[in-house]
Amino acid sequence: MFQEIPPGLCFALSGVLFTIGAIGAITRKNVIVIFMCIELMLNAANLAFIASGNALSSMDGAVFVFFVMTVAAVEAAVGLAIFVMIFRLHGTVNADDASLLKG
Amino acid sequence: MADYIWLIPAFPALGFLINGFLGNRISKSFAAWIACLAIFLSFLTSVAIICEFLQMPPTARIFEMDIYNWIASGEFSVPIGFRIDALSVIMCLVVTGVGFLIHVYSIGYMHGDPGFRRFFIYMNLFVFMMLLLVTGNNLLLMFVGWEGVGLCSYLLIGFWYEKDSASNAGKKAFIVNRVGDFGFLMGIFLLFATLGAQGVWTLKFGEIQQNAHLLNGHLVAIITLLFFVGAVGKSAQIPLYVWLPDAMEGPTPVSSLIHAATMVTAGVYMIARLNFLYSMAPATMFVVAIIGVLTAFFAASIGFAQYDIKRVLAYSTISQLGFMFVAMGVGAYAAGIFHLMTHAFFKGLLFLGAGSVMHAMSGELDMRNMGGLRKKTPVTYWTFFIACLAIAGIPGFSGFFSKDEILWKAFSSSQGHMLIWLLAAVTAGMTAFYMFRLFFGTFHGECRASEEVKHHIHESPRVMTIPLMILAFLSLVGGYVGIPHILGGGNCIEQFLAPVFGPTTHLASTGSFDIISAAWASAGAAGHDGSLELALMVLSVIIALIGISIAYVFYVKNPALPQRFTAKCARLYHVVHNKYFVDELYDLIFVRGTLKAGGFLLKAVDDGMIEGLVNGTAATMKRAGDKLRRIETGYVQEYAIGIILGAIVVVGYLIVAPMF
Repeated sequence: MFQEIPPGLCFALSGVLFTIGAIGAITRKNVIVIFMCIELMLNAANLAFIASGNALSSMDGAVFVFFVMTVAAVEAAVGLAIFVMIFRLHGTVNADDASLLKG
Repeated sequence: MADYIWLIPAFPALGFLINGFLGNRISKSFAAWIACLAIFLSFLTSVAIICEFLQMPPTARIFEMDIYNWIASGEFSVPIGFRIDALSVIMCLVVTGVGFLIHVYSIGYMHGDPGFRRFFIYMNLFVFMMLLLVTGNNLLLMFVGWEGVGLCSYLLIGFWYEKDSASNAGKKAFIVNRVGDFGFLMGIFLLFATLGAQGVWTLKFGEIQQNAHLLNGHLVAIITLLFFVGAVGKSAQIPLYVWLPDAMEGPTPVSSLIHAATMVTAGVYMIARLNFLYSMAPATMFVVAIIGVLTAFFAASIGFAQYDIKRVLAYSTISQLGFMFVAMGVGAYAAGIFHLMTHAFFKGLLFLGAGSVMHAMSGELDMRNMGGLRKKTPVTYWTFFIACLAIAGIPGFSGFFSKDEILWKAFSSSQGHMLIWLLAAVTAGMTAFYMFRLFFGTFHGECRASEEVKHHIHESPRVMTIPLMILAFLSLVGGYVGIPHILGGGNCIEQFLAPVFGPTTHLASTGSFDIISAAWASAGAAGHDGSLELALMVLSVIIALIGISIAYVFYVKNPALPQRFTAKCARLYHVVHNKYFVDELYDLIFVRGTLKAGGFLLKAVDDGMIEGLVNGTAATMKRAGDKLRRIETGYVQEYAIGIILGAIVVVGYLIVAPMF
């Protein structure tokens, strides 16, 4: 059934998803939302992998997706832990409040 | 047969090492005897060599051996090697012979000094370096010895380093010598480069001599002048003589050995060693003779107005060294070496005598506080008297033969001139005057010392007086190896040295000065045939006697006369007494000048340029950082924008680039 969907559409969807994720990551202030946007971008990439793997009749894309998902899981764990620490420190998870690196 | 010549410098080196490493573990007297024994063994070796020499034909009298290849670079190699010929064996005998006597004397003189062992360590090191200087068979090894004796001179002048004046005098000697050594080093470089350009890479004396014809006249003049700058520094000639009078801050045996008998004559030895180069450069010879005679005269005149007995002797040494340079400058190398030898005897003796006087007078140096020591210290008195007669040039004493030989050569040699002779002869008279001024002031008349000092006056112990007597004997008979032909002698020393210096040379004259002197020489030659030489000899004796009698009238007959005299010419006396203010002049020009230049460099270059550069770099960085740090806002999302924009640029490039 997947064969019927042309890869171009998949890539377009992937691009749209990625753009939504990227814009969200830049504009939203709540770190949880930013985090979700990042996940959205990862999944957009996954979609592109699957689509191209399918188009090329190769399993490589799927293999990559597994890796990306693993990394995303790890990242979620670490990231959430960091947010907890930031919340303890600042009492908020607003991204603009964590600006200690300001020069 | 020549296998043992390396022993000459090896013995003092061994003595130095033994005393240096055993230090306090051996008793003082044992250390002293090791030091003396080391020098004595060297002396015996030198005697053995000269005995061997005398049994050989004159032309074969060269022992040369290399013991170690020190520097090897392509065709060029410098060995550690020794060369003993007629010239260096005489130097070895003087250095070790006089050195041994002075070592023995020092046992008595330095008795009770806390630095007793250190003193003998330095002395042995000095003798080692001096022997390296005279026996080395190449210029570089000679330079090692040259610097080594300079180091020992510095260490021994500043021996009593707790005294400010002593450590300053040591520094002064070292720094002034540096000026001369620079010239010497430049001379070596230039000679090396010039010979090297001709394909001869060597610094060995023998090979330089064989290849000397490859050098052209102008270069030889420059090379020899540079070497002469070294000699001027080491042998305390104008304008670098100022360190020697100050060097008298060292213990008296040091003044005797280093600053009278041996080290200061190194410059004379060096010119004698390189005589084949100097003979090729008449211009340099002229400079040497002029500097020599001017120094002789100038230093003698300063000697008139000094009261410190060691300083009088120091100026006398400078003056006598001037005589030796006159001999070198007129090509009478043998006469110069002859005077070097006799001077080592009588000047060494004079210094040791002065040390004995100091010993008797509880360290007093000012002759105004002396007088009347004749009865109390008879041995010192008589030996000092003999030395004074020798330096004044009274017939029969060693100084007479050598000084007269120089005067005659200054007059008769093709490079000599009557004016040089005249100035030298006047200087000889002045020498007689100031030496006897010193002699009468110290030993005759009333004792002017304080009661306490007077009470302590005593003759020195035997360990000091016996070297005095031996040196007095040598001052008496040392001249008999060089009796001139005119007095029925064979001038043995000149004949002995002939293989090194060649027969008396006559140069092809160049330059107006030589034409004048050649004309003079021919005019002299026409009428001389002995009678002129004899007449000049008598004249110089008369001059010396006049000097002595003036001193007698001034300081024995009528002691009030000098005061009247100095009162009359107070200005002149003031200038001479202050050594013509040369030290002050040098202080003003060189010391202050250097300080000022240093201050200027500190302000302008160091503070202004270098610090400005460093601080400017730092300030620029700081300002740049101040501007650039504003980029860093600390907002995570701005960094994210950066990443995304970057990614877009890269991806955009990758997409767009293949299209073109």
